[in-house]
Amino acid sequence: MDMKIYVCVKHVPDSAANIAVKDGNTIDDKISFLLNPYDEHAVTEAAALKKHLGRGEVIAISLGTEDVEKTLRSAMAMGADRSILVKTDRQRDSIFTARALKAAIDQDGSPAIIFTGRESIDMEGMQTMFRLGAAFGFPVASNVIKFTPEKNSATVESQTEGGGKNIYHLSMPCVLGVGRGINTPSYPTFPDVVKARKKEVKTIDVKDLNITPSPSSMSVISLEPFAQERRAREITGTPAEQVQTLVNILRNEAKVLN
Amino acid sequence: MEKTGVVIEIKKGRIKDANLGMIACARAANREVYALILNDTAENFREILEAHGVHAMVEITTGGADHTPWNPEQHTRAIITAMEALHIKALLALTTPMGRELLPRIAAALDAPLVMDCIDVDLEKGLARTTLYSGKTIGTIQVTGSHELFGIRPNVIAPVPVKTKAKMISMPIDTPVSGKFKTVEILPGQSSQTDITEADIIISGGRAMQSKENFDLLFQCAHTMGAAVGASRVAVDMGWVPYTMQVGQTGEKVSPRVYIACGISGSIQHFAGMKMSGMIIAINTNAEAAMVSNCDYFIEGDLFEIVPLLTQRLTQKAK
Repeated sequence: MDMKIYVCVKHVPDSAANIAVKDGNTIDDKISFLLNPYDEHAVTEAAALKKHLGRGEVIAISLGTEDVEKTLRSAMAMGADRSILVKTDRQRDSIFTARALKAAIDQDGSPAIIFTGRESIDMEGMQTMFRLGAAFGFPVASNVIKFTPEKNSATVESQTEGGGKNIYHLSMPCVLGVGRGINTPSYPTFPDVVKARKKEVKTIDVKDLNITPSPSSMSVISLEPFAQERRAREITGTPAEQVQTLVNILRNEAKVLN
Repeated sequence: MEKTGVVIEIKKGRIKDANLGMIACARAANREVYALILNDTAENFREILEAHGVHAMVEITTGGADHTPWNPEQHTRAIITAMEALHIKALLALTTPMGRELLPRIAAALDAPLVMDCIDVDLEKGLARTTLYSGKTIGTIQVTGSHELFGIRPNVIAPVPVKTKAKMISMPIDTPVSGKFKTVEILPGQSSQTDITEADIIISGGRAMQSKENFDLLFQCAHTMGAAVGASRVAVDMGWVPYTMQVGQTGEKVSPRVYIACGISGSIQHFAGMKMSGMIIAINTNAEAAMVSNCDYFIEGDLFEIVPLLTQRLTQKAK
């Protein structure tokens, strides 16, 4: 049987987009959305694993509205062989998302490994990979900056503070949330994009997965723009005077120097 | 009275300052605060914990025969065991590399709600405030469930001194290491370096730094004022400094009291990571840069002139 490598991806607002709040708890979605930046590294790592093994299939999976197909096409242009879109009408919390992804993966096949990004840049929840691992009973590592596959297991480096690392050994299947240091995504060429258009996107309605809801939930009840107006004041004078003023500000106003 | 657990982070034998704001957050709900101390001697921290209103110190020793200094999977099970034994339904930890490893594992195992990187929490109402959409918005999140877990952003909530007497609860918890997840090695970072997520002062460099070697100017300057060094995405992508130093949308979200941006133009993605700083100071040759128009103070000048002067000035002061 072919080895199945799943990559969970998310369709998120472009990091350069200006976010406008709509209806008090959601955002105006008439902005450009793309593949979550950390997930680019996840897709790249999955494609590299397939290449390393010389076999296997990379399947990108995402939960969201029909628009998410665009992000799945990007994932396929970056190396996924096919994809699954679990259709829902709105943003769901990570508790529900993990259940939906688990159910859709179960329906599709038996994972050898699941990759995802260490967090999404919209909800910044940092937890879906752990919930997914718990649902499957697979071990999980996040913030992974190095992945070494072995026979039925993997050794990973997980980034900690001040440049430190924890090295973990996980049995496979496992779930890995990858960080930026793991690889350098190669952005798709035009032929990659054309090829991705012909790849399969299997659409499943989330209702058809018969997910048992959790008694727990997290919901965004209000959202407000976070724009800080700062009044920029210039520190003038000769460089020596500027530095003296700066030291005075640090000591007397910010009170961060002794 | 209901109890709130706080996972205490200890570094080099000291309680990290950021713990104290987290304890204040737990105290605000008028509950009993249980400080969970993993594999360390709780008595060593009695004074500081009792000065900030902790009601109980829970000394958790993990592993038994399988004791390891750090195995997040094993430590997760130990914390859950302690929570169950003590009837703790609400748990707080810091949004640091340690908190990022523990909280989501605990939440997943308990199928409990979790909000990371909170800037404020109302435990009674189950409400948390956090930045969403890369720091461009602040969201209020309602959690429901039998437990509630929150990751607190370091240094955003101010500590509140309150005197208490803390009882001591010793809990050796025998948690065998699972064959599925093992710690092979722990490679600590440079302990001389303050971590950017917890630093009071960050001095950051961008494209204008031009090279890895030039970052030494920032490290020297940082050293004189106990600051951490940060970097923009460009500086990281160029390989001048490691990814852990990146501030921004795809890097760390930081909230120091002072952020000094040296030769950073100020992209929307960079602001996403540092706009919660108490004070922003820009040093830039370009007075038109976004960082300059959106800061508190700026010096229109060359960082290669200003930064060494600042280092020199601070070194003299120290003498």
